Amino acid sequence: MVQVTLSGTFQQVAGGISTLEIEAKNIRQLLNGLEKQCPELKPLLANGIAVAIDSTIYRDDWFQPIPTDSEVFIIPRLAGG
Amino acid sequence: MARNPDADSAPAPKAVKTSTIEFDADKAKTFKVVGSRPPRPDGMDKVTGRARFGADMVMPGQLVGLILRSPHPHAVIVSIDTTAAEALSGVKSVITRDDFAENADHHDVLCNIMAREKALYEGHAIAAVAATSKAVARKALKLIKVDYQILPHVTDVDLAMAPDAPLLHADMITSGVTPAPTKPSNIAGRSEFGHGDVEAGFALADVIIERDFKTAATHQGYIEPHACVANVGADGMSELWCCTQGHFHVRQVCASLLGIDVSRLRVTASEIGGGFGGKTTVFIEPVALALSRKAGRPVKIAMSRDEVFKASGPTASSSMNVKIGVTKDGHITAGEGEFRYQGGAFAGAPADFGAMSAFACYALDNVKTVAYDVVTNRPKGAAYRAPGAPMSVYAVESVIAELAGEIGMDPIELRLKNAAREGTKSSYGPKFGSCGLVETLEAARDHPHYSAPLGPNQGRGVASGFWFNFGGETCSTLNINADGTVAIAVGTPDIGGSRAAMCIMAAEELGIPYERVRTIVADTSSLGYNDTTEGSRVTFSSGMAVIKASRKAVTEMCNRAAMIWDIPAEAVTWEDGHAKPSGANAGEFEPMSLAEIAATASKTGGPIAGHHEYNADGAGVSFGTHIVDTEVDPETGRVDILRYTVVQDAGKAIHPDYVEGQFQGGAVQGIGWALNEEYIYGEDGRLQNAGFLDYRMPVASDLPMIDTVIVEVPNPGHPYGVRGVGETGIVPPLAAIANGVSAAAGVRLTELPMSPPRVLKAIDDAKVAAQ
Repeated sequence: MVQVTLSGTFQQVAGGISTLEIEAKNIRQLLNGLEKQCPELKPLLANGIAVAIDSTIYRDDWFQPIPTDSEVFIIPRLAGG
Repeated sequence: MARNPDADSAPAPKAVKTSTIEFDADKAKTFKVVGSRPPRPDGMDKVTGRARFGADMVMPGQLVGLILRSPHPHAVIVSIDTTAAEALSGVKSVITRDDFAENADHHDVLCNIMAREKALYEGHAIAAVAATSKAVARKALKLIKVDYQILPHVTDVDLAMAPDAPLLHADMITSGVTPAPTKPSNIAGRSEFGHGDVEAGFALADVIIERDFKTAATHQGYIEPHACVANVGADGMSELWCCTQGHFHVRQVCASLLGIDVSRLRVTASEIGGGFGGKTTVFIEPVALALSRKAGRPVKIAMSRDEVFKASGPTASSSMNVKIGVTKDGHITAGEGEFRYQGGAFAGAPADFGAMSAFACYALDNVKTVAYDVVTNRPKGAAYRAPGAPMSVYAVESVIAELAGEIGMDPIELRLKNAAREGTKSSYGPKFGSCGLVETLEAARDHPHYSAPLGPNQGRGVASGFWFNFGGETCSTLNINADGTVAIAVGTPDIGGSRAAMCIMAAEELGIPYERVRTIVADTSSLGYNDTTEGSRVTFSSGMAVIKASRKAVTEMCNRAAMIWDIPAEAVTWEDGHAKPSGANAGEFEPMSLAEIAATASKTGGPIAGHHEYNADGAGVSFGTHIVDTEVDPETGRVDILRYTVVQDAGKAIHPDYVEGQFQGGAVQGIGWALNEEYIYGEDGRLQNAGFLDYRMPVASDLPMIDTVIVEVPNPGHPYGVRGVGETGIVPPLAAIANGVSAAAGVRLTELPMSPPRVLKAIDDAKVAAQ
């Protein structure tokens, strides 16, 4: 089980849920699990997000492993200039 | 993030490779080329005029494209009559909204490049013509009849949030609010970040300061206007030459808007005369392609400066409230902020990044930030270096400076006492990995600038700032030429010296001189997809792709040497640009140089190349601290920048000249933002200063030499320790200068730009208040 923290808009859209537990070994499984538990997040997930795993931020990396006891955050997809 | 919703049950792969190469501390001790300052490869072209920018391309039979733009900030487009324009001799095509189909994937982009039901800002594209000359095209524009139904407009962020504000989009329901609003508004979204209990934190504070701030919209101010040449063939095969930070992105969006396969559109990025985030999207490119498709001839469109100001993508303006509490001994107990950004006529103001960055420099137990993304009747904003961060950090760092004064603590010491470090829970959520804020603060404190004496009417300001940095989709190819030189192709346009950095990193890996390597930016048909040059990502991600491509080429060159020597490949190592036999049973052979191996490549298996394609992750965050001395003329309100020092963590400076240039450029753009630059709108909703005579950017005579200090705290996610440096440099200047000006003027300035009338008013108001 991975404990995931929702930040920003995600938390409000998920009805105020800040953390949830998802069975996931990688980002792809995490996103699919997140979508199942919080279907209202589906449009936001489809538009693009970032996942922070133990301080490292990933944008598009389905198969990035999520070690057990990792610190995992869902944050807005980063952009830049 | 494109995802496969049907993949729930797919098993996790048993073996997963991470995309990054970890920092190699031993290699970093022996760099031979990395860290040197060779001449820039694009320098000669640029100083001699040989470099070809967006408007420099000429194709046979090329037409001139011009765009008709709305004179109204907000109006229903009742009808467009192009009959007379189309009948004009020399006009080859005219297009309007009817020439673009609805596009769900890029709806806002579509509506921005050619207005549909409504014109949403002055300068919004209404129609376009392609003609045999500019004179004919201008005449044709005048013949287009547009029937507008003028609507009330709003250009101010706070006014746009009011319940009775003119509504831009009848279907805009604020996201991020539960329950969802039942009525539309101009608030596209609300975001909230933070942790702890801010009210409990404020209860522990000895001093609390709460302030309101405003910043004006500014433009990136790139010298080169947007320009492109489009050529759609009769068979539908298309090419596009344009100045852009991301030609692969341009291809994706344009192909989608025109309804063609991406393989039918080849996009070449020209040399670029500045971007700073403003060239990460499309404005004229789909229009030129549509005109060319209709005319059957190439079409060039080059924006005028007036168009650049009115119809490209400036940054957001903001209205903010920040409240911070601190104990007498300098412990920040709580921080809270609300950040309202307007990003023009469509959703996408970087308010969430502003809220995430605002308190990132601090280790806080209690922090809360709220962001509002608001639409107004202004041009759709685009990215501008560290989008969203300079404004929110300006507000926070201004209050930090005031708090330091209130408790009598040195402002750098206050920051050091509360600084984010490795392991700190960031104000936006995740813990920080390795980072160098403390090192930049210590270097600033110890710099001679910080203790230099000040004169009358002079003040010193300090501020720190942060940016995330990221990687993204990247690939590159490295070819070993038969004469022993090396050609690299990358897909990331060079806006800050990346070609030099790629050459340096390849030379380091291959063990050959920098001068033997050349890097080009390849077109979209020559490489796999590359994300745009943005997010301070290129030296990090394209650089790592080049390093991996180099290592693959080295492996192949070792194989070729092993074949020639008839020994196992494992018995060959690469050292100083040579393959060498290694190990007890490898045999005695003279080392073979890269050039010698390349010369025989045709007989040992053919061309030698390396390539690498990946999703670059592991970009390290970046922090910086700036010191600035200002002088305020109390009679006129004029501000002079006397001395400026940038201290920033680069992880590892591959080419220090370019890194210093990024630091200096960020500071200078920040000086303009802080002191003079602003989009000024009249009551009529029209931009009053769409030109460099009235939009006051700093020039060389306004500026002192910008001193720089490169701090190097290696990024563990890059083999050389590289962190992006392109954006953090513009985050601290607004606050640093505001702190300096406030100290010099003796009154806190809370609105940017701090132009002479505004500074003078603040001084006069303070005098009246004191009386």
